Amino acid sequence: MTLTERLREKISQAFYNHGLLCASYPIPIILFTGLCILACCCPLLKLPLPGTGPVEFTTPVKDYSPPPVASDHKPGEPSERPEWYVGAPVAYIQQIFVKSSVSPWHKNLLAVDVFRSPLSRAFQLVEEIRNHVLRDRKLRNLLPEHGCLLLSPGNFWQNDRERFHADPDIIGTIHQHEPKTLQTSATLKDLLFGVPGKYSGVSLYTRKRMVSYTITLVFQRYHAKFLGSLRARLMLLHPSPNCTLRAESLVHVHFKEEIGIAELIPLVTTYIILFAYIYFSTRKIDMVKSKWGLALAAVVTVLSSLLMSVGLCTLFGLTPTLNGGEIFPYLVVVIGLENVLVLTKSVVSTPVDLEVKLRIAQGLSSESWSIMKNMATELGIILIGYFTLVPAIQEFCLFAVVGLVSDFFLQMLFFTTVLSIDIRRMELADLNKRLPSEACLPPAKPVGRPARFERQLAVRPSTPHTITLQPSSFRNLRLPKRLRVIYFLARTRLAQRLIMAGTVVWIGILVYTDPAGLRTYLAAQVTEQSPLGEGALTPMPVPSGVLPASHPDPAFSIFPADAPKLSENQTLLGEPPEPGGPAEGAQDSPVPEVTWGPEDEELWRKLSFRHWPTLFSYYNITLAKRYISLLPVIPVTLRLNPREALEGRHPQDGRSAWPPRRPGLGGPWEAGPRAPGTAQAHGDVTLYKVAALGLAAGMVLVLLLLCLYRVLCPRNYGQPGSGPGRRRRGELPCDDYGYAPPETEIVPLVLRGHLMDIECLASDGMLLVSCCLAGHVCVWDAQTGDCLTRIPRPGQRRDSGVGSAFEAQESWERLSDSGKGGPEEPGDSPPLRHRPRGPPPPALFGDQPDLTCLIDTNFSAQPRLLEPAQPEPRHRAGCSRARDGPGYDFSRLVQRVYQEDGLAPGPAPALRPPSPGPGPPLTPEEDGVCPPEKGSPSLAWAPSADGSIWSLELQGSLIVVGRSSGRLEVWDAIEGTLRCSSEEVSSGITALVFLDKRIVAARLNGSLDFFSLETGTALSPLQFRGRSSSPASPVYSSSDTVTCRLTHTVPCAHQKPITALKAAAGRLVTGSQDHTLRVFRLEDSCCLFTLQGHSGAITTVYIDQTMVLASGGQDGAICLWDVLTGSRVSHMFAHRGDVTSLTCTTSCVISSGLDDLISIWDRSTGIKLYSIQQDLGCGASLGVISDNLLVTGGQGCVSFWDLNYGDLLQTVYLGKNSEAQPTRQILVLDNAAIVCNFGSELSLVYVPSVLEKLD
Amino acid sequence: MAEGKTESPGPKKRGPYISSVTSRSVNLMIRGVVLFFIGVFLALVLNLLQIQRNVTLFPPDVIASIFSSAWWVPPCCGTASAVIGLLYPCIDRHLGEPHKFKREWSSVMRCVAVFVGINHASAKVDFDNNIQLSLTLAALSIGLWWTFDRSRSGFGLGVGIAFLATLVTQLLVYNGVYQYTSPDFLYVRSWLPCIFFAGGITMGNIGRQLAMYECKVIAEKSHQE
Repeated sequence: MTLTERLREKISQAFYNHGLLCASYPIPIILFTGLCILACCCPLLKLPLPGTGPVEFTTPVKDYSPPPVASDHKPGEPSERPEWYVGAPVAYIQQIFVKSSVSPWHKNLLAVDVFRSPLSRAFQLVEEIRNHVLRDRKLRNLLPEHGCLLLSPGNFWQNDRERFHADPDIIGTIHQHEPKTLQTSATLKDLLFGVPGKYSGVSLYTRKRMVSYTITLVFQRYHAKFLGSLRARLMLLHPSPNCTLRAESLVHVHFKEEIGIAELIPLVTTYIILFAYIYFSTRKIDMVKSKWGLALAAVVTVLSSLLMSVGLCTLFGLTPTLNGGEIFPYLVVVIGLENVLVLTKSVVSTPVDLEVKLRIAQGLSSESWSIMKNMATELGIILIGYFTLVPAIQEFCLFAVVGLVSDFFLQMLFFTTVLSIDIRRMELADLNKRLPSEACLPPAKPVGRPARFERQLAVRPSTPHTITLQPSSFRNLRLPKRLRVIYFLARTRLAQRLIMAGTVVWIGILVYTDPAGLRTYLAAQVTEQSPLGEGALTPMPVPSGVLPASHPDPAFSIFPADAPKLSENQTLLGEPPEPGGPAEGAQDSPVPEVTWGPEDEELWRKLSFRHWPTLFSYYNITLAKRYISLLPVIPVTLRLNPREALEGRHPQDGRSAWPPRRPGLGGPWEAGPRAPGTAQAHGDVTLYKVAALGLAAGMVLVLLLLCLYRVLCPRNYGQPGSGPGRRRRGELPCDDYGYAPPETEIVPLVLRGHLMDIECLASDGMLLVSCCLAGHVCVWDAQTGDCLTRIPRPGQRRDSGVGSAFEAQESWERLSDSGKGGPEEPGDSPPLRHRPRGPPPPALFGDQPDLTCLIDTNFSAQPRLLEPAQPEPRHRAGCSRARDGPGYDFSRLVQRVYQEDGLAPGPAPALRPPSPGPGPPLTPEEDGVCPPEKGSPSLAWAPSADGSIWSLELQGSLIVVGRSSGRLEVWDAIEGTLRCSSEEVSSGITALVFLDKRIVAARLNGSLDFFSLETGTALSPLQFRGRSSSPASPVYSSSDTVTCRLTHTVPCAHQKPITALKAAAGRLVTGSQDHTLRVFRLEDSCCLFTLQGHSGAITTVYIDQTMVLASGGQDGAICLWDVLTGSRVSHMFAHRGDVTSLTCTTSCVISSGLDDLISIWDRSTGIKLYSIQQDLGCGASLGVISDNLLVTGGQGCVSFWDLNYGDLLQTVYLGKNSEAQPTRQILVLDNAAIVCNFGSELSLVYVPSVLEKLD
Repeated sequence: MAEGKTESPGPKKRGPYISSVTSRSVNLMIRGVVLFFIGVFLALVLNLLQIQRNVTLFPPDVIASIFSSAWWVPPCCGTASAVIGLLYPCIDRHLGEPHKFKREWSSVMRCVAVFVGINHASAKVDFDNNIQLSLTLAALSIGLWWTFDRSRSGFGLGVGIAFLATLVTQLLVYNGVYQYTSPDFLYVRSWLPCIFFAGGITMGNIGRQLAMYECKVIAEKSHQE
């Protein structure tokens, strides 16, 4: 056990060091890894490319004998001869390459003459060859009658010279079997001519006036003597003077197995599965800067590790005999992307405020054990596989071991480094975004990375509202579908791309089908280079008689169709071409040179590599996995004189429209009327014209559709040209489709009356209670916006009585109050009607810090949401109590408030917001409503509180106020009277829960007080203002005496201050800075569970009636808990920085963080659905209206989102002023009104009618 | 699988208007259909693999067409896979131990890939003797279960399926519906149970993954109600 632990520790330490190394020197390590990959892949260059391309092997002609059948070659001599070179080839192929030209050229000659008489010589040659067998007496009994196949262009005319002479349209005959469609395999013309189409010269428009073709002989057996004599005779008869061909090598061509569709299906399936696997794996990468970059890195890691393993295997002599393409998917699956994902997740989940180096190192070391364990397991499995002793499996295992090791190497070096770079980038971007709020901090504040800090100043995010969505699988098209489709088109630019692709393909086809040469060239190129080749040969209609008749047996017939004829034509032989001849005209053209170059030596290479398989397939012989031997070509040069050319002419040729060739004209010389025959000879120029026309038409079409597209879906769809000067166009909130929904401007009900920023808000649907920094509490009617009651800051009077610098503010208040009427004039000495208690003696505050305007926000929601203009917190001597918790946020908060407090009596009244001061901002209706109530009770209270308000709750008509002094007060909301109070403990109340008749107060020292509210008489539901209040909240009549009794105290619920407190379903949940949550039963205040799982202070808690508990902490994580069992259901790393608020609907969890992102999570799976980027400083302002409507605040506006789809539905601007304040808090009331908190104002917004329609 | 991928619904795919329509039985049917098609597809592909290697002999001229050869094989496999895929989550529910191990599509894909690989190996790798082949495949199948399932119910069900399916195959071969080229285990190949076991695990994995969405939808519904 200890051994395991020690090992574990060592591994973890090693990984930690490695992570530090990787993050410290990313670039050198990446370079090094790249070099390693390249080095290991080097041996791959020697491997033949996979595919079905033929393989060649050359042996000298001299002393050639077919290789023995039995493979006697030893493994020691691998380079000597390939493995397939065993046994006799399928066939020997002897090509007799004929080049012929008519010379001297005469101007009377027609274009047809270029090839008519040269082609006619083919018959002559064929007979010559046939007779060669008979001529040589010695060979006659030596050679068998059958055993040789002879192909020549003459086969087009059934080897019948008469037919040839009677044929008026030679080109038509030749091309009659040409397929009209795209055809990359060998055509019949190629087969019979034996040369690629463009070399044959049988065309009306060639300039070289030289015809070349081959006569192909296919032997089953090799007869050196016969071939030698044939060669000698043909060379003798038709000497090629300047021939430099060296006929000394025999080329053997081996054809691979052809892959059929049936074989491909399983392969394709495995690849589909592989891609699905990769897709689903990379989808899980989250919380990084560039998700796709990391996914790419992961795939690169796996692929290059495979390549490395192949390379290493070949380096050490393990030539893979397995089909690489087949085992590859399984290898990827075996190696897997899991490690990479685990690494990413682990690194991402480290605390964000650490340095990148440390984060990488921590992430690595925390996962080191599982990585090593997995690797050991896999190696063990492979080892077991190795001992199955099956060669194929052994090879796979060996391969997989090398692959695993190289994959581990790459993960550790390559991927980790890429991850560190990514995290660093993310941190930079993050700093960029958050900088403006921190920029005002004095430089003395210790900043983690000061070097990087300056760089951030320049950049600011340009788009405040962007919504990032999950991949489309999470989204569904929804009504209105029409718009959706258009958005989709607009987003993907689908129309444009389709049109462009279509045009390109069309032009490509046009060019490709042009028979003038590109196609044949391409055909040869494509088929030579395509690794897999065409799947299957397209069957070509072969006319009977064109090819020599096939026999069912594989033996070839030597004289295919007309064997008996061969004896007649012996007289035609041996007529040597006579140069010169009668001079029938001026030689007006240069004599075409019949030259033989080295490129003619292996002309068959220019043929499609399917040439031979096609030829043999016509005889039902497959060349798959077999080889043929190509003998050196026999060059034959034919020179014809014009007289012969004229003699060979067909009578129709003269009448035909091919004019005599005039080379002097230079241009293409086909001008003039065309005969019907030319229609088949696809004219070049026509084709070009068509191509140009097509191109033009395509472009016009593109332009047309582009215009149509612009008309149909304009980019500025739905943007009314209103509101100049509020927001620039670019800043309009828009969703993923680039669609900015219609913005509306409604006049919200503005509730003014607070002098300073409003910090606490509470509502029960009917009433709205707000509390500002200055300590005022206002009660509003949530329906009408009337101010019902104002409870001023109690300490104010004291301060003014002391005569401090509060005079200024005092005067503001007086001014503002004076706008509402005179009754407040008594001001400093209010009539104490309801409470006999006088102002507490000032001595009470002697040791207390001056907390007069210390107002806390809702602690659970916004612990760190500082105003941008917050100066550096100053410590005061008196606030030592608040500093006992080292948790940063709370103490900072308190300090901030202290400091504010400290400023207040100081000489800085300028801090007071000057704008909401005197009367003018008050709306008339407020003026109309307020004074009657104002007059009586508002200032009637004694300064009953000796601390600022930290928390506020409202239920029925009772307001519960928790103060920093630890005092709990219950006020009557309507009348503004203090009903009861309790101040047993002097520790400040940080959070309050007021549920039914229970009040729970959480205090700064971590203790929890349970109060119960007892009324003197029975609760009598009171009709409030003619409307019935909600049944859950009893309304206490003012006549009752309310007493607040401390029922129970949990003295040390938490070690550190309680920051979050929520209650529902009979449970009370507290969250504290000590990283834990506690669940109490509300009735007997019994602690049920202590939930541990956060690695930072809890900042926010959510619980609802369905007993679902969600909590968010400073570690940026959200945990979902099951309140019944106390188990953690899921754990999501949600935000960079604190989670500031959290709420749930039935299907999602919505969280907001300090990174100003609102993230929506699937509640059951914990998968992030999407996130919304908020305005700066509006991060925490969100509210859920119904199950599918989300409200977020922005810069002077609120936006409505469809929760299910993440669509921005509408943006509502509040107010007209050009520089709007950010919405800091949103409170959703029952009647679908939204209360937004803009500084010192509240705005009451009713949900726009558009949304109601959508709902 | 292509079907598996396209049918995998994102959590947001079922909006409120769909989930209001989606009753439990409809959901069951959808899952069954998806599983059926996955099974048919796998059967076609794997059968092709076997036919190529002349492992299985069907009475008519087989190579001519994969569809006409034995039309009844894919539907049978599809039905079987649908049953298995529905059975697994059902048993999980009845046993009260929801399957929590590696509930992700990527893991399911990995499982399917390994399953195809096992088939590939059974068809394409040349072994010396059948015992070796069968043992290897058995080890691979157990490895598959350990890697992707690890539940006792899954193992039991897999073994049961393997037994039943082998029995059915024996009967089929005995009655001359088709035959194997070199039977070494009564009338069939001895690796057949391993293949069936691995197939059962794989289909169960897919079925559980699909059922996860159903659970969620129903949970959502119950929340809404």
